[in-house]
Amino acid sequence: MTLALESVALDTRPQAILSRAGVGLKAEHYRTIVATRPDIGFFEVHAENYMGAGGPPHRYLTEIRSHYPLSLHGVGLSIGAAHSLDRHHLQRLKQLIERYQPGLFSEHLAWSTHGTRFFDDLLPIPYTSETLALVTDHIDEVQNTLGRQMLLENPSTYLAFAESTYSEIDFIVETVRRTGCGLLLDVNNVYVSSTNQRWDPIRYLDEYPLAHVQEIHLAGYTREADEAGRPLLIDTHDRPVDELVWSLFEHAIGRVGPKPTLIEWDSKVPTWPELKAEADRAEAIMLAVGKRERHRAATGY
Amino acid sequence: MQQLATNRQRQFAAALLDTTLATPPGLIGPDGELSSKRFAVYRNNVVLGLIEALRANFPATRRIIGDEFFRAMARAYAVSEPPTSPMLFEYGAGFADFVAVFEPAVSLPYLPDVIRIERAWLEAYHARDAVALEPMALAAIPNDRVAELRFSLHPSLRVVRSAFPVVTIWRMNITDGVQGSADVESDGEDALVVRPGAEVEVRLIPPGGAEFITALASGLSLTEATRCAMTEFALFDLSTNLGILVQAGGFSGYGQGESRGKTEAR
Repeated sequence: MTLALESVALDTRPQAILSRAGVGLKAEHYRTIVATRPDIGFFEVHAENYMGAGGPPHRYLTEIRSHYPLSLHGVGLSIGAAHSLDRHHLQRLKQLIERYQPGLFSEHLAWSTHGTRFFDDLLPIPYTSETLALVTDHIDEVQNTLGRQMLLENPSTYLAFAESTYSEIDFIVETVRRTGCGLLLDVNNVYVSSTNQRWDPIRYLDEYPLAHVQEIHLAGYTREADEAGRPLLIDTHDRPVDELVWSLFEHAIGRVGPKPTLIEWDSKVPTWPELKAEADRAEAIMLAVGKRERHRAATGY
Repeated sequence: MQQLATNRQRQFAAALLDTTLATPPGLIGPDGELSSKRFAVYRNNVVLGLIEALRANFPATRRIIGDEFFRAMARAYAVSEPPTSPMLFEYGAGFADFVAVFEPAVSLPYLPDVIRIERAWLEAYHARDAVALEPMALAAIPNDRVAELRFSLHPSLRVVRSAFPVVTIWRMNITDGVQGSADVESDGEDALVVRPGAEVEVRLIPPGGAEFITALASGLSLTEATRCAMTEFALFDLSTNLGILVQAGGFSGYGQGESRGKTEAR
């Protein structure tokens, strides 16, 4: 008797995302990545860019996925919307997850659809018990439909709502407690929001429920000013990570230890070496902090 | 239930695209004062994001009219027809029709057809993958059988018909295109857009070809489709047109039998 070994299709793709640095996958870099197979921890894609029926995006992603772990990042589910989630969109996400088996799946604490309109921006929500109920209902639905935990990303915000009754952190803590979701800590968003809202970013990080953080995002921002001349930072993802954000990242890593860390650079996309250098820097910081912490643990200094 | 959040988002959403509306109350800066400048960041992000999506999706159109004109036109379209889906690669289905009646662009009557080619290109790029029939596979069919065959067109195949030399104009304005002058008074051109493998190809189709392909798409046999093409262009050349379709990878299969009931197109 012979065993029909050929009928057993083993999934040999790397699954879990290690605590290394990765980058957002851009079409501009498909060929370089496939041709040179760079040493990088993982790639992350925006789910909506891979919801077409076929074509080159799927060909490249399939090829890249066969060599690297993948993180799937949704930008259009509109978890903070006051209306119900788009079930069709949720099904498309489910299919993508089944097809590519990402190590992590994340979405935003924001809304982007109203009625039939899609706004292509991550719009803010007031932090109230009413919005907490709708966000937790939506996250429950997402996790039940997908059959897995999702990570929720803290937003970049440019204004506050007079009706808010929770702090952003209390709102996130309560969302995690009620839904069991994990967190994606966007350190650039912490810096952008803290500057815009006049919060202390170090205190934000220290109060953040860090035990639930499974991924970190880093990106570049643009500096503007509001009508009173106060700094107004915009989360543009169109330049290198700012030095102050790197320091904040180092502080965060000191608290949570190394985590899968992504460089997001979505517009004015740089050359591959420039993007890779940002990821290398994130990885170097994680290694240095790890070494420092081990030294501290061993010597007490 | 969730009445406040619903009202808040309705108000916020309406003012995002309509800049004549005032900043909704209660949107404040760190001092607790209403801040229109802060709300304007969202207004700006939304419109700029959609303009960028259109710039990426319609590069030849942008090259023809220049970036400044394109941005203004894209802004007008984005405000008038924002996307209805988070899959932004689908955005712009109504762009050609919008531009056709967009007052500042009426002196460029061929522009909507260039947009239609770029739109077809995008649809082909993201279409379902399928193996295209090899020319050899067709050559193997006995001649007396070919006439009654019904072909399945490749899922990526699109046809764009134009009263202007739109394929020539489009070709001059793609990334590697050589810019020159096209005589917009010259004969109209029809385009075949298809992606049999990794690359989207745009080809010129001879007179009657568009009618022929449309007839095949509706389920008619080769003979029936040829008849349709000849009603439009009496000198329709079947072998040339069939050759172009096969070489382009425009077929994904064939079969015999009754038409599939989609013959009302002609």
